Amino acid sequence: MIIQYENVIIKTICRLLIPFLQLYAIYVLMHGHYSPGGGFQGGVMMGASFILLVIAYGLEEARRRISIKTLTIYACLGLFIYSGTGACALLMGANYLDYGALPLPVAHVPKIRALGILSIEIGVFLGVMAIMICIFLAIASFDTEEKS
Amino acid sequence: MSEYLIGKYNYWIYVVLMMIGFYAMMGKRNLVKKLIGMNIFQTAIILYYISIGVKKGGTLPVAMEGTLRAADYINPLPHVLMLTAIVVSVSTTGVALAVLLLIWRRYKSLEEDEILKSIR
Amino acid sequence: MNTPHVQATILIILIPLMSSYAIPLLGWRWRGSAFFVALAAIGASTVCSFILLYTVLTQGTIHYHLGGWLPPWGIEYVIDPLNGFMGVAVCVISFLVTLSSKESVQKELPDKKVRFYTIYLLLFTGLMGIVVTGDVFNLYVFLEIASLTAYALIAIGEDGAPLASFNYIIMGTIGACFYLLGVGYLYIVTGSLNIADLAKLLPPLYHSKVVLIALAFFLIGTAIKMGLFPLHVWLPDAYTYAPSSVSTFIAPLMTKVMAYILIRVMFSVFQPSYSLEVVPLGVIMSWLAAAAILVGSIMALAQKDLKRMLAYSSVSQIGYIVLGVGLGNKMGLLGAYLHILNHAFMKACLFAVAMALMYRTGRRNIFQLGRIHRRMPFTIGALVIGALSMVGIPPTAGFFSKWYLILGSIDARNWFFVAVILISSLLNALYFFRVIENAYFEEKHGHLQEEAMTVVAGEREEVPLSMLIPIILLAAGILLLGLFNERIISGILVFALPPGF
Repeated sequence: MIIQYENVIIKTICRLLIPFLQLYAIYVLMHGHYSPGGGFQGGVMMGASFILLVIAYGLEEARRRISIKTLTIYACLGLFIYSGTGACALLMGANYLDYGALPLPVAHVPKIRALGILSIEIGVFLGVMAIMICIFLAIASFDTEEKS
Repeated sequence: MSEYLIGKYNYWIYVVLMMIGFYAMMGKRNLVKKLIGMNIFQTAIILYYISIGVKKGGTLPVAMEGTLRAADYINPLPHVLMLTAIVVSVSTTGVALAVLLLIWRRYKSLEEDEILKSIR
Repeated sequence: MNTPHVQATILIILIPLMSSYAIPLLGWRWRGSAFFVALAAIGASTVCSFILLYTVLTQGTIHYHLGGWLPPWGIEYVIDPLNGFMGVAVCVISFLVTLSSKESVQKELPDKKVRFYTIYLLLFTGLMGIVVTGDVFNLYVFLEIASLTAYALIAIGEDGAPLASFNYIIMGTIGACFYLLGVGYLYIVTGSLNIADLAKLLPPLYHSKVVLIALAFFLIGTAIKMGLFPLHVWLPDAYTYAPSSVSTFIAPLMTKVMAYILIRVMFSVFQPSYSLEVVPLGVIMSWLAAAAILVGSIMALAQKDLKRMLAYSSVSQIGYIVLGVGLGNKMGLLGAYLHILNHAFMKACLFAVAMALMYRTGRRNIFQLGRIHRRMPFTIGALVIGALSMVGIPPTAGFFSKWYLILGSIDARNWFFVAVILISSLLNALYFFRVIENAYFEEKHGHLQEEAMTVVAGEREEVPLSMLIPIILLAAGILLLGLFNERIISGILVFALPPGF
């Protein structure tokens, strides 16, 4: 279903673009708490960079680099980071997702809250990236294998 | 009367978009067109929420230097709510596409009347 | 207020949520562990729900501020007696149904177990989240979690399941989007998303049209999701073609939780005096509900497939609950609450029996049951108890909830609804006793006798224990709920009534 274009222009441009796309995705993730952006947007862009690779180079290139099982592990890891941060706050005695109670060795509470939100965003980033690539791979390789 | 039509144009836009999506969901027979209609429907609601947060002379809700006055920035809460709604919309599209793949594999067609004829 | 009892509010959602994405990690290595992790998570939630109900009844309403932020800036989880009661009902039934699903999943979906239990636990998390939350937008998020996982679970059934699931996707998304529109309209006029806060901010605004439209959108959205009469079209296909364990889980629970959303919106966000009187909404709802009761029962008479008959019967039972809500007096609302609990138990028992029949015989046609009580006496015994309860015969639970609904109709001086309830009980008797007759006596028609199970006298081939024990427990639960309904009403449910009733 992914037609392989023997096209030097597309391949070269994708090869140039993809690293910058991924770097921009991480930038959007890191600056999520005080400018537009955050975990979901960064995750989508990271997933899109991978999908760009698949479109330019074909499905075999993607299969060599990552598999659906690995992606499931990434997604679960990301979600565990999310709930784990919240559960850490539970263990410290405060309410769920109360980042002010996290046991980080930083001076004052707003800084701890900012770091807490950052770890939540990283979790969401991993999860969303994995799921985006997973959906695309599952739909794209639908007619070549029997399990969906 | 013109206050209704021109003053509240954002509501008219979202209503028209929503009805286009609704008609596509109900009136079209191809399942993929129904899915696109559902997407348009949800996008119209997202537009509506964003449009209610706008203030006259307000700018992006990123804190600038100096004293903060709430009247200077547009309301960021609808944007945050709509992030969640966009995620929900993407997930629904993903699930619907997977279900469409199952239908394709079983019935070899994506037109609703052909599928119903082959079930009976 | 950070005693461990209060943390049960978040644990009731957190434990199934984290277990649901621990299952793919564990299931990569140990395939069979998926079921046990799911069962353990739902068991932990059940314990939490009992703790919560006990705490609410002894200490008053629990307010849990997520993230430490006070409402209305933060999200708040509120447990009051109605929530606690719904939580216990959903958890207990989920636990019993999950216990019974092990063999059926093994037989019908052998290579998809790990993914099945992941999505299953996410569905349970969504339903519990709807019950626990006190914030309208958070309710939308959990509503969508529950709906999406339900669409995915229904689609993996056999013939006709993907198309049924697609129809459910289209209609369910419209319902959820209408709910979201209602939330948006309320946010425009009040600026708050917290249920308790909205209840304080809305009464001065009752004259405005925006609040009226918000109420209308809420009601239509919830009615689509519940399967109320004209909008029930997705329900029979979705329940019939889903895999058996999925129908047993979704059928008793999802529509009841949506009915809970209806009650929350009508009586906690809006005052009962507004939501039932402003348009004559109580009257419209109760007439629609009466139509639902009759149409559901009549359509169920015409079915040959056991699960499809039970699905139409569900349409009619939702009519009972909405009738109780729409009547607007104390007896009617108590009847609706009690019927939520009773119907969940009854439908879980009946669908579990259908699952057992599918497991043992591989077919669902009523007319091909033929003397199956020799092979599966306990299962068919549970079917009889469930059927008696649906008809409304004392001392089973169904009689008491119908009794309260009839008392409510008499209080509202509406004799037509009394007649509707009695006629529908008669229709229920017709189609359920037909099933019982086919299960106990041999089929008279000659050409069907070769197809019916040939039975050696005295041979018993029951379903495995892990499916049989929940069925027996559910049937026993129906009897116990009937016998102890007075305690339930006076101990829990009168506290769950909105003020003014």
